[in-house]
Amino acid sequence: MAYIEAFGAYLPARAVSNDELAARLGCDSAWIQQASGIAERRYATETESIADLAARAAGDCLARAGRAASDVRLVIVSSGSEPRRFPGPAAEIAQRLGLDQAPALDVPAASAGSLIGMVLADALAAAYGVVLVIAAEKMSSLLPRDPPDRNLAILFGDGAGACLISRDRGPARILDHILHSDGAYTSALSLGTDGTFSMDGRAVILHASRKLPRVITELLERNQLAPAAVSSFLMHQANQNLMDGVARALRVPGERVFSNIRQYGNTSSASLFIAAAEWQAGAGFRAGEPVVFAVFGAGFHWGALLATGV
Amino acid sequence: MRIVEEMTQSAGKSTPEIGEKIRHIVKQFASEERDPAATESLFDSGLLDSFVLPQMVSAIEETFGIRIPDSDLNPRQFETLARIEEYVSSKL
Repeated sequence: MAYIEAFGAYLPARAVSNDELAARLGCDSAWIQQASGIAERRYATETESIADLAARAAGDCLARAGRAASDVRLVIVSSGSEPRRFPGPAAEIAQRLGLDQAPALDVPAASAGSLIGMVLADALAAAYGVVLVIAAEKMSSLLPRDPPDRNLAILFGDGAGACLISRDRGPARILDHILHSDGAYTSALSLGTDGTFSMDGRAVILHASRKLPRVITELLERNQLAPAAVSSFLMHQANQNLMDGVARALRVPGERVFSNIRQYGNTSSASLFIAAAEWQAGAGFRAGEPVVFAVFGAGFHWGALLATGV
Repeated sequence: MRIVEEMTQSAGKSTPEIGEKIRHIVKQFASEERDPAATESLFDSGLLDSFVLPQMVSAIEETFGIRIPDSDLNPRQFETLARIEEYVSSKL
């Protein structure tokens, strides 16, 4: 099992408040906060691309790890909002980082792609040494505009995060992970070939609320750990109500589930790393303390990863 | 004879008690105190929202001692009192 060296993040400058959105959507600003726990989200500019966001987050992550880009031997990029059908953004991002020789792989999995990337990096670190996982999303570009869909518009924001995983060193060691997929609900959360972004919110919440606590419990039980022994839970920042529900289901205090959704909204697969970067800059890994990462997203794909501070 | 009776009772027949228990569960999670019609959409009418749905499903499992598999977790299954009753009855 490999080590987590660092996380990084990049958030575009423009903050979009609930008041601004409420005026545009014709709804109540307080309702947005109550339904989602989100106060504002960031939007990239028209000209900022997925690769632009990703390169900034990667730079932040490498700086926090004290690494040069040339140390990276493999790049994995998660994005569900890259507008180009192919190639995915991974090769372009690696090239931006000056990594002309490193293979760069795409994981086009909205919301869950960051954790899928961590699991792949953990498995591949033995062969590649240092693996940079990046998740970048420009969700604002997917939102229906005419007419707007308020259930989508209130949730999503743009941003990028990164995680450096290596064979030999880091403040935390990966102990175990579990990934699951269920193709029966492919249409519940999807981006069609015509660009139609659709979400059956009830189905997503219903399944996420049950599958997330279950996969976390499955992971902890097979490592002889109780949820109460976990110092922090880092999750895809989908919706504050969902994260509160997971905490209740696991019978852990809500504060153990780190949240920054209030400031940045749901940035799909980027949110796990954006949250982790902020968490690591504060409480962060502590020797011997288990930390759980968990995601749920389009597919459905979901999973959990257990790491411990060293 | 008793075996036949038990088989009949467990063959997915709806009973007034099942309906009453479901009505009670829905009221626990409803945003307002009123009796919805059996075929009224609990969500479109605003009585329930998506975030209470997982808790309501758990309450149904607990109350009736049933396990609802993920393959049955279709929100439409829980759209109206009548549909919930029909589903629960089919699991008893």
